[in-house]
Amino acid sequence: MRPPLQRLRNILDFALASLSRRKGRNLSLLGVYTLVVFILASLIFFVQALKGEARALLAQAPDMVVQRMVAGRHDPIDLGRAQAIEEMRGVSGVRPRLWGYYYDPIYGGNLTVMAVEDAELPNDALWVGQGVARNLRVKQGDMITLRAYDGLPMLFTVQKVLSDASELISADLVLMSQSNVRALFAMREGTATDLAVDVGNARELPTIAAKIVERFPDARPILKSEILRTYEAVFDWRGGLMVVVLASAILSFVIFAWDKATGLSAEERREIGILKSIGWESGDILLLKTWEGAVVSLTAFLAGTLLAYVHVFFFSASLFDHALRGWSILFPRYRLAPSVDAYQLVILFVLTVLPYTVATLVPSWRAAMVDPDTAMRS
Amino acid sequence: MIQHPGILALLLASALVGLLLAGAAALGLRILQGWDLRSGSEKQLALERRTYLVSSLVATALGVQMLSLFLFIFTADDLQGQFVGAMCAAGSLAVHAFGYPTLLLKLATSLLAGLWLVLHRTDLQGYDYPLIRAKYGLLLLLAPLALVEAWLQFRYFSGLKADVMTSCCGALFGQGRQGIAAGLAGLPPRVAQPLFWSLLGALTLMGCAWLRWRRGAWLFSLLSLGYFIAALVSLVSFFGLYIYALPTHHCPFCLLHREHGFVGYVLYGALLGGVVAGMGVGAVAPFQNRASLNQALPRMQARWVIASLGLAWLFALIVGLWAWLSPLKL
Amino acid sequence: MTAIELTQVFKTYEAGLATPYTAVDGVSLTVPGQRLTVLKGPSGSGKTTLLTLLGCMARPTSGRIHLHGVPAGILPALNQGDTLEVTSLPERFLTAVRRRNFGFVFQHFNLIRGVSVLENVCLPTYPTGEDPRVVEGRAEALLKDLGLGRHLRASVDRLSGGEAQRVAIARALISDPPVIVADEPTAHLDSHLSEGFMELLGHFKTLGKTVIVASHDPIVCHGALVDRVIELRDGRVVEGA
Repeated sequence: MRPPLQRLRNILDFALASLSRRKGRNLSLLGVYTLVVFILASLIFFVQALKGEARALLAQAPDMVVQRMVAGRHDPIDLGRAQAIEEMRGVSGVRPRLWGYYYDPIYGGNLTVMAVEDAELPNDALWVGQGVARNLRVKQGDMITLRAYDGLPMLFTVQKVLSDASELISADLVLMSQSNVRALFAMREGTATDLAVDVGNARELPTIAAKIVERFPDARPILKSEILRTYEAVFDWRGGLMVVVLASAILSFVIFAWDKATGLSAEERREIGILKSIGWESGDILLLKTWEGAVVSLTAFLAGTLLAYVHVFFFSASLFDHALRGWSILFPRYRLAPSVDAYQLVILFVLTVLPYTVATLVPSWRAAMVDPDTAMRS
Repeated sequence: MIQHPGILALLLASALVGLLLAGAAALGLRILQGWDLRSGSEKQLALERRTYLVSSLVATALGVQMLSLFLFIFTADDLQGQFVGAMCAAGSLAVHAFGYPTLLLKLATSLLAGLWLVLHRTDLQGYDYPLIRAKYGLLLLLAPLALVEAWLQFRYFSGLKADVMTSCCGALFGQGRQGIAAGLAGLPPRVAQPLFWSLLGALTLMGCAWLRWRRGAWLFSLLSLGYFIAALVSLVSFFGLYIYALPTHHCPFCLLHREHGFVGYVLYGALLGGVVAGMGVGAVAPFQNRASLNQALPRMQARWVIASLGLAWLFALIVGLWAWLSPLKL
Repeated sequence: MTAIELTQVFKTYEAGLATPYTAVDGVSLTVPGQRLTVLKGPSGSGKTTLLTLLGCMARPTSGRIHLHGVPAGILPALNQGDTLEVTSLPERFLTAVRRRNFGFVFQHFNLIRGVSVLENVCLPTYPTGEDPRVVEGRAEALLKDLGLGRHLRASVDRLSGGEAQRVAIARALISDPPVIVADEPTAHLDSHLSEGFMELLGHFKTLGKTVIVASHDPIVCHGALVDRVIELRDGRVVEGA
């Protein structure tokens, strides 16, 4: 090994040895450091995972949905409009959609009930998502009673439990035939909840949306990209807000670290004095301190990140689930799909390791400036 | 203002860089004022000790700045979903006027901090602090730039509002539009291509000439900076098109994506490293006759010339091969 | 051979003091090469400060210190046997000069606690980037010569005073410096061990090393092997320069 590299290694060896000689002191620092990394990492991973879930959720959604607004509220739309929209230039197809929310009093949560036209789905049967099956404790072949708008019970057989890559999508989903949806919610024939519009060229979406509004002023076209944008903005906003809230935690950690680094023990001061007297230079001591900091940071960063990974993706972020998700009363028990990339890690690094490093710069330098002749004056 | 963990991280990073460099510059100013190497007074000894602190402040700032440069591009990339029409970082940066200046200033401060470390490294070789004035002079230039950069970045992020209509990178770098960014794409390959290759040739010749006769370090540095700029222009003008295999995608950022094998990291790493080494050769040239440096310096300069040439060729080979093998013909 | 020449050297401390304190007050002297020189004087006479200046551990406030006959390669453009003026060298270079030229034996031995004997001896070479295996070989040989072969892996905390000093001596010799500097080396030793130490110093002299000892112990000052005694008082040389 070339001398400059060997120097790095020699001093790293000594740094490791001296860290282990002062275990107690360093372990407390490491513990707090790891905790801070863990909390922030959990948060960042969780927000990222939710964004991923939202993207997956919307992947199958139509590019554009047209609703009708009455008095500022969502109202069923006439099927006649579907015809008119389909005839517009650039529109390749219009699918009327029929769906609504059903509040289940026994479970105490909302289910999304949606009409599906499928020859395999008989009139007295329905398909449910995995989350629903779990929460209502039903399996294939079981019977379910739903109460219609007028309080009369409707009996269904669970014909199939839907499986999906992302559980969040199917968590609260119940699929049944069109006539059943109409009967359940008392929706008139000739109307739909909204219209899914397919467009040949995605670039024309804004133009077509404008044309629809021009033709039907009470229509509200919603683009998939808009929904996605809104979700992302909301998640980012919440994540950012939590980071701001956690800033005080980071700050107190930094003060703690600074204090630890400043409060050089007499023994440590003596050691540095000896090292300098026997031929170590200030730069060597600075390198020693840098190595110590790097080892502590790396250990805390890795440990905190791994713990957070387990917390978010195996335990579904049980610690801040409620603070961050909460868009529906139904809390499906699901596992988030792991999605961590270098970007998240860099953010995490900047938010945790950087403040630590900067806080210990001046104390390290001060430590390195111990006079070599102090060793001769003790 | 969009609250996004990435934005918060960037604001923190820039604030810290500004703080570190401002502190370093303040120390540097005091060092410049009170410096007297012949004296062994406690004041002089204290100043010499401060030089250690300054170098660790600047080294940390440089590390953070490099990280922040990539984080900035990534954040712009991540935010594109929140702006209609933005399809990659290029679109997010164009949302308003502070985006690109922030990026350019980040690049400039990274390069200058790199150059500072080159000067510092040279200075450490001499036993009489030969570069002390040059070093701290540069620091006095670097610190305000970092502060301006932090401020611009804050203005950029605080001015962001989701859903602002913006152009996607296809439109932004599309031909026939006005503005700087469009100007890069507008430079036709038949101008950019000869410019790039001839600068590479000139750089290589000059490097060899320096290695042979030890003359013309300044010219080499100038060519190295020229090559850096030409390489960036060429990347936007035509090399990028080969890599994307799309005749209209003049975007310098998508190279960093997984779809393109993260080739952007290698390319930009080579360019940044190359230009810092190349500019270092000329920056230390005025000091090559100092008695304390005349042995070590030529060896170091030779290493930097070789590194700079090697990195320049690495970039040229990657993009050149890609262009050659690409199904796309311009 | 390495000789050290001091010209009008002052060392003044002022930081945090009401009135500046001059520990070394205009000293001019020459320490001859390959000889055993003793700096004698009561405590507070400036012996230790003078040692740190002679040994390139601290820079004088003013004055000049020349090292004659230094080994090659410490600084660029320096040949074997050249004279080096060290007073305005930055710490980095001063340390490099010290590492190559001086081995220190301290009054309190200054070993690092909780670290093995062998590692304590090797520590000075860590920053030089020398191959640790080569250094360890040298350290083992030195320790065996000094009768510490059994204690190589033991922690220094377990050693007696005499043993600890021998570890400190081995550490001072690890880079084979031409000058050995010892500060009150016999302060913690009984007469018998002190005599033994003096013999060791004599041995170094025969190896061609320059030896400088600061002490007020009569065993040291009147030792038969001592070539020269320089007496200090209140930071000035009163006899022997």
